[in-house]
Amino acid sequence: MTIMDKTADIPAPRAGGPDDARLLEVRDLHVEFHTRDGVAKAVNGVNYSVDSGETLAVLGESGSGKSVTAQAIMGILDMPPGKIPQGQILYRGQDMLTMSNEERRKIRGQKIAMIFQDALSSLNPVLSVGYQLGEMFRVHQGLSKKQAKAKAIELMERVKIPAAKQRVSDYPHQFSGGMRQRIMIAMALALEPDLIIADEPTTALDVTVQAQVMDLLKELQTEFNMGLILITHDLGVVADVADKIAVMYAGRIVETAPVHELYKRPAHPYTRGLLDSIPRLDQKGQELYAIKGLPPNLLKIPSGCAFNPRCPKAEDICRTEIPALVPVSEQDGSELPGRGSACHFWKETIHG
Amino acid sequence: MGRYVARRLLQMIPVFIGTTLIIFLMVHILPGDPIRAMWGDKAADPAQVASLRHEFGLDQPLWKQYVDYMGNLFQGDFGKTFGGREVIDEMSESFPVTLRLTAVAMIIEIIVGIGLGAWAGLRAGKAADTGVLIFTLIVISIPVFVLGFLARFVLADQLGWVAPNVQDSTDYAQLFLPGFVLAMLSMAYVARLTRTTFAENLRADYMRTAMAKGLPRRRIVGVHLLRNSLIPVVTFLGTDIGGFIGGAVVTEGIFNVQGVGNLLFKALQQREGSTIVGVVTVFVLVILVINLLVDLLYAVLDPRIRYA
Repeated sequence: MTIMDKTADIPAPRAGGPDDARLLEVRDLHVEFHTRDGVAKAVNGVNYSVDSGETLAVLGESGSGKSVTAQAIMGILDMPPGKIPQGQILYRGQDMLTMSNEERRKIRGQKIAMIFQDALSSLNPVLSVGYQLGEMFRVHQGLSKKQAKAKAIELMERVKIPAAKQRVSDYPHQFSGGMRQRIMIAMALALEPDLIIADEPTTALDVTVQAQVMDLLKELQTEFNMGLILITHDLGVVADVADKIAVMYAGRIVETAPVHELYKRPAHPYTRGLLDSIPRLDQKGQELYAIKGLPPNLLKIPSGCAFNPRCPKAEDICRTEIPALVPVSEQDGSELPGRGSACHFWKETIHG
Repeated sequence: MGRYVARRLLQMIPVFIGTTLIIFLMVHILPGDPIRAMWGDKAADPAQVASLRHEFGLDQPLWKQYVDYMGNLFQGDFGKTFGGREVIDEMSESFPVTLRLTAVAMIIEIIVGIGLGAWAGLRAGKAADTGVLIFTLIVISIPVFVLGFLARFVLADQLGWVAPNVQDSTDYAQLFLPGFVLAMLSMAYVARLTRTTFAENLRADYMRTAMAKGLPRRRIVGVHLLRNSLIPVVTFLGTDIGGFIGGAVVTEGIFNVQGVGNLLFKALQQREGSTIVGVVTVFVLVILVINLLVDLLYAVLDPRIRYA
């Protein structure tokens, strides 16, 4: 018996170390955009991973690289101008960046699906929602038009769109914002993928609808035991849904933590700033806190820690040395699992 | 929808009356006397001139002439030419010729224009795109008659690949060159329009969604991109049919096509009111109907448009 045969006997999670079993793992990912003004470094060494049934929330301001990372995972970056000079994106242990276009296309939609922010512009305005939903089945599973339509109705019912049968031939503009986002979710869910990336799925919606959509997403995730990457800048949305959080700034992960730990004790001044800028009822009438300054220009990211020009705790070392993402521990040295911070002064921030 | 169509059809009545009146008046404003012109330089017999003038009703006051003309028109009588032929006969000989020419031009415009535009649009900013932009710019800047004579001179007279004159208008091979010349200008515009909408829609959010769905590229471009990009192009193509019929005056002259353009040109030279007004009246009707059809087609292509 050869070694090949042995490995073939082992089911789904592939042979090798335990890391290979990860549903999705991003390793040292870099993405840059070559523009007329220079090279914009949108992602500078991102590492994260998601398992089945787990929700990772990626938090950050506009331009922090959270959406670009997601698009790199999906393989829908505009290349050029985009370029991935370095890094790996492992889906079940296989590097998607080295796959052929056809192999990647088969993963898109079937294994990894994406929900976009603005459902009105993200759905094709001249095709009926039934057609757009059914397309998934027709292309990936070769179903007939009729079968695909039946499946589309089923999907619409699953995401709780009332009168699905009558509305299947309607066009995106005939639906309300919340219903449209449900259709987006239904489309991502169509082939029961292993992983869903939701890029600010509730940003365009009003608060009550936001809650409904998030509940639905959570419910479906549990039902299908999917991995979920939730990209958002809304700390309120994250708290209820996520298992762990990665905070991004200028294309780097500056802090990682299990969700409730992060809210309790942030280990990075940027995270602290984000938390402090949430309006609170018990501080009514006081001035709202804001992180001063602007997100960095990706064409010339500040030297050292990219956050240093805006950081209240910045010292000389912050301007010269890029802080690595290091594990965060208790004061007595005991380990805090899943926590990490890319700050020279994380100890002072979390314990001080 | 039905009400919309009815309203549009009713709107055609004043447009129809207005255009015929304007054309009628313009023909009469033209200097010179068409009856007197029949004798050329020779002296004419005043009695004969007067009798001819009476025969064609030119001795009546202008308003009476118009009312009589319209009255006859509604009975299907387009009047007679000075040569004594029925205008309707002349038109029924020449209109099919022009329609065939227009059809040839239209097909060339659609295939070459949209093809070239799509090809360039998918490569926006690259050499192929720049090439198409320069080529279309050149075509747009050269007047049609220059292009026409040049094409005739090179392809027919010098190289002898095609016949310089169209002998038989039912032979589509002979109509190809005039059709191509007729289509050139609009083709360049269609190529540019298609290129722009393609390049623009390529960046649309729904294209990103289509990619994220894992659709093959052929489907992304052929279904998602094409359906959206064709909406403005179809509108342009529709209104262009009217332009082709008008543009045929020049092209038919160059290639000696016995179409409606030629008929109109001759009638203008002889200041033959009944033929001019008759031909233009049919032009107006054709353009009105086509515009209506294009507007209806627009709603079919774009579900966001609703007519009530």
